[in-house]
Amino acid sequence: MSFPWAKHYEPKQPLMRWLDEKLPVPRLVYNAVGAGYPVPRNLNYFWNFGVLAGAALSIQIITGIVLAMHYAANGGVAFGSIESIMRDVNAGWFLRYAHANGASMFLLVVYIHIGRGLYYGSYKAPREMVWLLGVVIFLLMMATAFMGYVLPWGQMSFWGAQVITGFFSAIPVVGETIRIWLLGGFAPDNAALNRFFSLHYLLPFVTAGVIILHIWALHIPGSGNPTGVDVKGEQDTVPFHPYYTAKDAVGLGVFLLVFALLLFFSPNLLGHPDNYVEANPLSTPAHIVPEWYFLPFYAILKSFTADFILPAKLWGVLAMFGSILLLFFLPWLDSSPIRSANFRPAYRKFLLILLLDLFVLGYVGGAEPRPWVILMGQIASAYYFAHFLIILPIVARTERPRPLPNSITEAVLAKHAGLGPHKSAMAS
Amino acid sequence: MASVDNMVPPGESAEPFHDHEPDPRRRDFINIAAVAFAGVGAVAIVLPLINQMNPSADVLAQSTTELDLSKIAPGQAIKASFRKQPLFVRNLTPQEIAAANAVSLSELRDPQSLAERTKEGKRNWLITLGVCTHLGCVPLGAGEGENRGPFGGYFCPCHGSAYDTAARIRQGPAPKNLTVPEYVFTSDTTVTVG
Repeated sequence: MSFPWAKHYEPKQPLMRWLDEKLPVPRLVYNAVGAGYPVPRNLNYFWNFGVLAGAALSIQIITGIVLAMHYAANGGVAFGSIESIMRDVNAGWFLRYAHANGASMFLLVVYIHIGRGLYYGSYKAPREMVWLLGVVIFLLMMATAFMGYVLPWGQMSFWGAQVITGFFSAIPVVGETIRIWLLGGFAPDNAALNRFFSLHYLLPFVTAGVIILHIWALHIPGSGNPTGVDVKGEQDTVPFHPYYTAKDAVGLGVFLLVFALLLFFSPNLLGHPDNYVEANPLSTPAHIVPEWYFLPFYAILKSFTADFILPAKLWGVLAMFGSILLLFFLPWLDSSPIRSANFRPAYRKFLLILLLDLFVLGYVGGAEPRPWVILMGQIASAYYFAHFLIILPIVARTERPRPLPNSITEAVLAKHAGLGPHKSAMAS
Repeated sequence: MASVDNMVPPGESAEPFHDHEPDPRRRDFINIAAVAFAGVGAVAIVLPLINQMNPSADVLAQSTTELDLSKIAPGQAIKASFRKQPLFVRNLTPQEIAAANAVSLSELRDPQSLAERTKEGKRNWLITLGVCTHLGCVPLGAGEGENRGPFGGYFCPCHGSAYDTAARIRQGPAPKNLTVPEYVFTSDTTVTVG
């Protein structure tokens, strides 16, 4: 894979030469994330977030395996075992807060990573498969995060499980049977908690497997870049190591700083106090909200309040799943050959509106269902779908893009010229 | 080996004694039959793997609940537990019964009369699951002083579904009335649910 000028792995030590003949793992690493992988020379810090997501997954797997040594997946003792981790287990509070906030950090960097993909057209040919696998990873992450949130068996855990499995009862005829099958009972209980724990432990490793495919698919065409212009020659690239290992290390430092601030100074900022109350099947908390990273999707779910051919509940569930499944079709909904939004003035504006729209949906998802909130959610939900299904195809056909640079190197040199007394037209 | 057979150029038989090979050949038939039989075996193995997810015998065993109604005054309601789900038992007042009967069935999302939702001669006893048919929250209204919503029955705080005095859905996203479980009056003041 990759470009003909990629450096070749040449082990010098006899031991490494021996290993290379028997099991060439160092060669694989060298070609994947070492000096053997040429990368466009103009990547900005938004290209850090894939590596940061990988780091976040590693943190989750390590803290999670350790927590599983102390956690008990039984409805009678699960809540108590979490309290014991917090109070009795050595450094247990640190591990649990790291895992809980690590999930938020993971979703945060993945959302920025997806946003980077939308802005710079990373989903376009020849990287459609990278994008499709990314959506699969996102779905796996959402399932894992949801099931992990159920494990402490607090009020939000229990009622979250009740509401989310309730989605399946919206399916006509067989829905209720499917819900009971998923839960192993008529309401969330031991059976559900146990299987959620089993799957919560499994899915991160499945995710790691799909990430390997994601990187594999990426390394066939090679990484994109902020201009969206293809690599034309050796002068357009630098080796991944040491150039981007160093740049990623800077980003990782900032990531860990933010993570540490959250973890040590405000570990419950993103949690919900109701989850420190043990699950009670007979009493719903006054205000059920999911974790922050699900709020926009929850807002779409809540926006369907009237029947229209199908029941409102089914519409809500279809729209919520549809809002994510829609992303699978994105590479074919946007037919513009220009990748980077830097050269697509109209697309760039609409993308900004979409970002604001997602924040509105996030607010609506967490707010009480008052009439004006519901109306705002309905408008914002409609806009979300309109962006992908109406605006994007029209903009792709009608927009007049700005002139592209001839090559990555030309863009880089023009930008550097802009740092001097004469500001170049390219630097904007 | 099938792969060896496939390498034989067309027109030349792998077995010199048979000039006219039937299509499908005997060997194809054996291949298909063997794979199909293994497929049936694989499906047979998957069945218990799927079925283990269904409610287990001990979960199903918790399927009946006995209730004493003698302490519930008209206008009052209690929350009980049935199959680990909340159960609402309400002693309707004559006004509430009249309000429920005054609604024409055509304006209901899930048309059912109060008579269909209660037992003959026990019209004042409204026994339903306390599980909102939207996404499964416990509606308010069974406890003293809780918000009973705009229709005077139950109100779900999660997504704003409102139920009337017969626990029928009147407003909000829920598609169905609160479920009436199977139950029988074993005496004037006791019921067995389930």
